[in-house]
Amino acid sequence: MSDKKLKPAPLANEGLSPDERGLFCDAAPREYEPAKGVIEDFYNWARAESLWILGFGTGCGAIELRPLMTSRFDMYRYGIQARPTPRQSCVFVIGGYASVKTLKRIVRSYEQMMGPKFVVALGSCTINGGMYWDSYNTIKRIDQYIPVDVYITGCMPRPEALLAGFQELKKIIKAGKGEGQNIYARDFAWYKANQKQIIKNWDMPDYNW
Amino acid sequence: MNELATRLAARYGARGWHDQRADLATIVLDADRLRDALAYLRDQEGYRHLSFATAIDNIERGVFTLVYTLRSHDKGHSLIVHADIDRQKPVVDSIHLLWAQAWTYQREMKEWYGIDFPGSPRVDEEFVLEGWEGPPMMRRDFDSLAYSDATYAERPGRATSDPARHMKEQLYPEAAE
Repeated sequence: MSDKKLKPAPLANEGLSPDERGLFCDAAPREYEPAKGVIEDFYNWARAESLWILGFGTGCGAIELRPLMTSRFDMYRYGIQARPTPRQSCVFVIGGYASVKTLKRIVRSYEQMMGPKFVVALGSCTINGGMYWDSYNTIKRIDQYIPVDVYITGCMPRPEALLAGFQELKKIIKAGKGEGQNIYARDFAWYKANQKQIIKNWDMPDYNW
Repeated sequence: MNELATRLAARYGARGWHDQRADLATIVLDADRLRDALAYLRDQEGYRHLSFATAIDNIERGVFTLVYTLRSHDKGHSLIVHADIDRQKPVVDSIHLLWAQAWTYQREMKEWYGIDFPGSPRVDEEFVLEGWEGPPMMRRDFDSLAYSDATYAERPGRATSDPARHMKEQLYPEAAE
C-alpha cells in the first residue's frame, strides 16, 4: 500500500494485558481526507441533514433529549434521530456533567463512532464545571478530553436551545468546519495524556476502534 | 415502646431513647455490642428489616457515628440505632450475616469513609468510584475544592455572583462595598 509510509507509529496499549493486546487495534486515528470541491460540499450537506445522535445520556442533561424526541419539539423534522450504538451515530451529545467514571465511557464511545463525527456539549458543566466546580469526581471542561464543535449554555438548556444548537452545528458542517475528528487525530497525544491523567485505571486500548 | 428501651438498656447498655415521631425513634449503643443488639432486635423484637445503614463523620468528637435504620412492619415502627466508633481506628463488626444486603452498605462505607468491616464480602472492591487514589472522599477533612483544583483542568474566566451581595449592589449601591 502506498499510504503505509504515512501511518503513525502503533500505539503501545499499555493498559491491556499482553494476551489481550493482539485482540485490539493499535493504530492511531487519522485525519479525514475530504473529497474534491463540490463533491465534499454535497457530502457535507448530506451529513448536516441527517444527524444521528448517540443515545447515551452522560449526565442529567440527557433528560432534555426526551422532549426533543417526542411530538412537542420533534427533532426528527430536522433529520436528527437517536441511534443505540456509537457505530451508527455521528453526533455525540454530552449531557451535562461528566464524572471520571463516565468520562472513560465517553472517550470510548467517542472513539468508536464513525467519522466524520461531531460533539455537542450541553449545559454549563461541560463548559466550566457549572455547579460541580468543586466536585472531587467531576471534570470541569470536556474539551480537554474530546474536541467539541458546539456548546449549548444553560443549566439546563431548554429543548429550544438544543434545537438552536443543532441548527448551529448544521451550519458548521455545511461550511465544512466540523473539524473535531481531525483535531482529535492531530492532537491525539495531547488528548490521550489529558485523559490518562484523570482516568487512573486505564484498562482499555489507547484508541478504541 | 419504652419497655423496649428498658430491655435494650438492661441487655446492651443502650441509652438515649428519643422519639422523633410516633413511628420513629433513635437510640445509642456501644459499638462493641452493636452486632449482638442488632441480632436481638431482629430476632426477638421484630425489627426484621434493615432499611438503611450509613455513617456520619462527627469530626468534632473524633468519631464516626454508624447509623442503622431498622423497621418492624408488625409494629409499624422504625428504630434508628446510633453507635460511635473511634475515627482513628475505624473497624466495626460486619452484619452481613444478619442481613445479606448489609454488605453493600458496608462496601459503600469502606470506600466513602474508610470504615473497615472485616469479613464482609467484596468490601475492598471499589464501589462507585473507579481508580480512585485519594483519601476517602466523604470524610469531612477531605478538601473537595483543593482536590478538584489540583486534579481537573479549569477554564479561565469563571465569575461567581453571590446572590446576597448582588442584590445589595442593585438595591443599595451606596452601602455595598
